[in-house]
Amino acid sequence: MRVVLAEDLYLLRDGMTHLLAAHGFEVVAAVETGPDLVSALAEYEPDVAVVDVRLPPTFTDEGLQAALVARQQKPGLPILVLSQHVEQLYARELLADGSGGVGYLLKDRVLNASQFMDALHRVMAGGTVMDPEVISKLLTGNAADEPLAALTPRERDVLSLMAEGRSNAAISQRLHVSEGAVGKHTASIFGKLGLAPSDDDNRRVLAVLAYLGGTRE
Amino acid sequence: MPALINRLQAVGRGIALGGFAVAGSAVSALLILAILSNISWIGSFTFPALCLVCVSARTLARRRRALAMRWNNRDIPSPYFQKPQLQRVPHGWYWTGHDYHKYKWVAWWSLNVTWVGRDPGTWRDVLWLVCEPVVGVILCLLPAGLIGYGLLGLSMPWTWRPLTDAGMGWYGPVQLGSAGAAWVAVPIGLLIVLAGFVLAPYLLELHTRWSALLLRPTKLTWLGRRLQRLTESLEEATTAQAAELRRIERNLHDGAQARLVAMGLKLGAVEALIDRDPEAAKALVTQIQDASAQALAELRSLVRGIHPPVLAERGLGDAVRALALDTPLPVEVSVDVPGRAEPPIEACAYFAVAESLTNVAKHAGAAHAWVTLRHADGVLRIVVRDDGRGGADPTRGSGLAGVRRRLGTFEGTLSVSSPPGGPTVLRMELPCALSSPRTSTSSGTG
Repeated sequence: MRVVLAEDLYLLRDGMTHLLAAHGFEVVAAVETGPDLVSALAEYEPDVAVVDVRLPPTFTDEGLQAALVARQQKPGLPILVLSQHVEQLYARELLADGSGGVGYLLKDRVLNASQFMDALHRVMAGGTVMDPEVISKLLTGNAADEPLAALTPRERDVLSLMAEGRSNAAISQRLHVSEGAVGKHTASIFGKLGLAPSDDDNRRVLAVLAYLGGTRE
Repeated sequence: MPALINRLQAVGRGIALGGFAVAGSAVSALLILAILSNISWIGSFTFPALCLVCVSARTLARRRRALAMRWNNRDIPSPYFQKPQLQRVPHGWYWTGHDYHKYKWVAWWSLNVTWVGRDPGTWRDVLWLVCEPVVGVILCLLPAGLIGYGLLGLSMPWTWRPLTDAGMGWYGPVQLGSAGAAWVAVPIGLLIVLAGFVLAPYLLELHTRWSALLLRPTKLTWLGRRLQRLTESLEEATTAQAAELRRIERNLHDGAQARLVAMGLKLGAVEALIDRDPEAAKALVTQIQDASAQALAELRSLVRGIHPPVLAERGLGDAVRALALDTPLPVEVSVDVPGRAEPPIEACAYFAVAESLTNVAKHAGAAHAWVTLRHADGVLRIVVRDDGRGGADPTRGSGLAGVRRRLGTFEGTLSVSSPPGGPTVLRMELPCALSSPRTSTSSGTG
């Protein structure tokens, strides 16, 4: 599994390189700047990229912009975006193309190695991983939003765990219910959000998108 | 008919304004007394006379300004400096802004004398009042005089005999002395009465203009006031900044710094336990991880309060959009700001909008809110509107007052329209220049 890593702080870059190597990833490029990231993504065609939002030379959102451009050129390229802060605005932009394989996490989550690796694997598998902080903001923020208002509290729980990128099995464990019950909840959610039966993974991404109030037909 | 009533009113008002001429004569006499007494043996009259002159001039000028607004709809702004506050210093004396006094009434007197006496506005009022016996008589009493003289002409056929007996030889160009000549005076009198009525409104307007010339603030006064305002906002900004730094220091000291110390201590305990009791050590490590996560969360919220990262990364437009997404009600944002303002201005505008939206979410009971940002003619205009219950009062509660203070630092303004029942509309204006739009950083070339 080949990884491109973009992070400007040496300590974090070095630490993450070791961490990734320890978990069986091959870090093919560890870059510092936005332009380097763009060329590294084109050159190495990695299985997944781990990208910091704020990078030199401008120290604005170079990493995020580079990730968006790379995914335009190669839709579905799995990218896990890390940041010191999370914004719903950025989450929407990352999810806007609806193709999955996207993660957006606080840098703090790297401290919990197993959680971080889990997220990375789910992004690589085409899933969507959103930071719990994004989701909690959504829950307080858009409580009055239309299609979501139709969901039961339990369905909202399921949907927010889905947005964190968890599988039905993981959700059933978290909520202490059977996997079958979770399956029923997800089917009900898809129904209420008007998502036609299709590839299950894609529907999960779309449900999360609806959750974020982003673009949805 | 209404025209006639208007003219009649103007004549009456002219007569009323004649009162200023009378008062002006009295004040002029007082002024002359003050000057004479200063150069002769009764010097002690000078000061009380001058006090009386100043006070009456200011009182009458204030009255004239009010009349200008009421009668001619002309706003003559008050030219005086703001009255300074009497301050009690810790050791019990009173500070007037330029000297100390032991007794309150002495301090109060000193404060008022300095405030009134050093204001050029006062002396312009005096000048106006002294001129009034001449200017006021000509402009205000002329119509009434003309009408009176005209009426005399109209009465000539019946009154010419006693009048000529009393020594009046001429009425205008007419030589009195016969009934025929007296009848000639009638049309002339009529013309003069008409002239009085026609002139009255114009002369009233002219007198108001003349008064405005002397009674409005001079350019110097405007500048003085601006300087005063700037000094105040500078003081406020400095105080606010110091408080902000103290808050950050306290947050770091009690929060992240304390947690790091605790983590260090626990790591020491882990080192001691790791061989003897690996299970306990593991539990401690979990605690340390939690503590570090908490420290990070605290730092993150602290950073957000100092300078929101999204503002640094994306500029004002997107930062306000991010803010709207975090507000627990639907907020529509429209931005027309071609370029970026200076970072302090951006931060000021951001926090002003943040405070406004917090208010909307907390107090307005609104279902929707709208934010528009527009930059034109060197001014950034921000409008925050909601469909809530209204009744927001910037003089009560610290929220809107805080927004006003924030904007004031950059000479910005806030106006609030919030009738009971809503809607509430906040308009903010911030003078600022924009730099050229930021070029995209996503191309990978720069």
